[in-house]
Amino acid sequence: MSELVLEVRHLSKSFGSNEVLRDIDFTVSKGDVTAIIGASGSGKSTLLRCINLLETPTSGEILFHGQNVAARGTDPCAYRTKVGMVFQSFNLFNNMTVLQNCMVGQTKVLRRPSDEARATALHYLEKVGMAPYINAKPRQISGGQKQRVAIARALAMGPEVLLFDEPTSALDPEMVGEVLTVMQDLAREGMTMLVVTHEMAFARDVSTHVVYMNQGVICEEGTPEQVLGNPQKKETQDFLARFRGQ
Amino acid sequence: MQRFLDLCQDVALLWQNYWPGYLNGVKNTLILALIGTVIGCVIGLVCGILNTIPYSKSDPAPKRFLLKLIRIVVRVYVEVFRGTPMILQAVFIYYGLPYFTYNAVQWPSVWAASILVVSINTGAYMAESVRGGIISIDPGQTEGAKAIGMTHFQTMTSVILPQALRNIMPQIGNNFIINVKDSSVMFIITFTEFFAFHRYITGINMMYFPSATVEMIGYLTMTLIASFILRWVEKRMDGSDSYELVQADQLTMAAGTYTHPDKGTPFDERSKEHRERVRQELKYGRPKGDR
Repeated sequence: MSELVLEVRHLSKSFGSNEVLRDIDFTVSKGDVTAIIGASGSGKSTLLRCINLLETPTSGEILFHGQNVAARGTDPCAYRTKVGMVFQSFNLFNNMTVLQNCMVGQTKVLRRPSDEARATALHYLEKVGMAPYINAKPRQISGGQKQRVAIARALAMGPEVLLFDEPTSALDPEMVGEVLTVMQDLAREGMTMLVVTHEMAFARDVSTHVVYMNQGVICEEGTPEQVLGNPQKKETQDFLARFRGQ
Repeated sequence: MQRFLDLCQDVALLWQNYWPGYLNGVKNTLILALIGTVIGCVIGLVCGILNTIPYSKSDPAPKRFLLKLIRIVVRVYVEVFRGTPMILQAVFIYYGLPYFTYNAVQWPSVWAASILVVSINTGAYMAESVRGGIISIDPGQTEGAKAIGMTHFQTMTSVILPQALRNIMPQIGNNFIINVKDSSVMFIITFTEFFAFHRYITGINMMYFPSATVEMIGYLTMTLIASFILRWVEKRMDGSDSYELVQADQLTMAAGTYTHPDKGTPFDERSKEHRERVRQELKYGRPKGDR
């Protein structure tokens, strides 16, 4: 049994009277690649945003190495450097070049000297195949390239866990592959990842763990073989059937 | 036609005799407008930033109270100074200080009073522009910054404000040009700017129309030059439309190590990767994201 990294306990989130997440419980161990699947509006993204504290949970606990980060008074900034996030819409800083995007967090938040930050940024940009584009501005590169830079930006902070919020949903079909390849490499190197995705092939082949969410609750979870191959619940079966039917 | 020639003659005459006075007016107008705009922008920036500090229900009560108070104070300031004529503000402030101190405190110079009036007037307009500039930035930018652990202050200074400032540059230019023109109302507190000299000189020689022509040309020249400079500055801020691909291996260069030419890099034409890529390209066509 490997080390527990994240533990979500009884997490609930409401926007006004609308309850988006209800009593979510699950754990992430070191090296896990957890794919969160489910229909739109099932609360997948909200769950991920709660874990990163971009949304404040209404109730419940998020334990990071045993420490409740959702409690009042904890500093979210230090925690967020340990838990990186990659967004559907990339969210690269438009006023900076590719290289600056990957450096700014290191120099401002981690207070690394700039030559060290530069070397780290270049290392990860190289890894995602974006090293030749370090002088480009985000508006000058394609969606798939932006997302790869966003992954490099998150990696440069040296996170323990990476959260991916539908990283390929905003991309043209032919660019999905380049981003998934990068993610697959990360998974192979043992990065702990939590991926909200509609890419069933990725969930099946890369993830170690699949969580199916339906209407704000975790409906079914287990290994990809269990959830995708032999789903027990009717909702999961219907969802997967709808996906295959497409 | 004859009248136009007369006008030209009169304008030439006025300029010949009084150009130092006119130029002095131009100088004072420009200095006042420039300083007023700069200080006004700083005021507006501070107000706009204070106004957009987020707070939620889970924050402690004193913090929420303070932020609410700041918003109310800024709101009142903006409404008062945006909602009254600058000419009246000038009179109000210039004569208000001695009035309230029983003449014990006078304005050290009319310059100080004028700069203050123009600054706080500009600040009131800029506060709203800055607020608009900040809220117009995609919330994704803030989330991206937060997700790598930046504080609100770091997010603002590194990510949001550089973009917001670019977006409000036209507004800053607008305010500068308005200040060049509207500082003319400062004659009311005896500030000798460009228009004040017109009032002075026409009081002597009654050449109202020729002098007004000189003024018109003068103001238009100032504002045209100003807008030209502003366009140029905006262009500079946008930076280049193109970028250079970096073809060398940056990491080894940064580390200062030497790569043997025969070894090559993935971008080297002789490397295995490059040959493979070329083969793939020939087979499947160039990937769209690549250039």
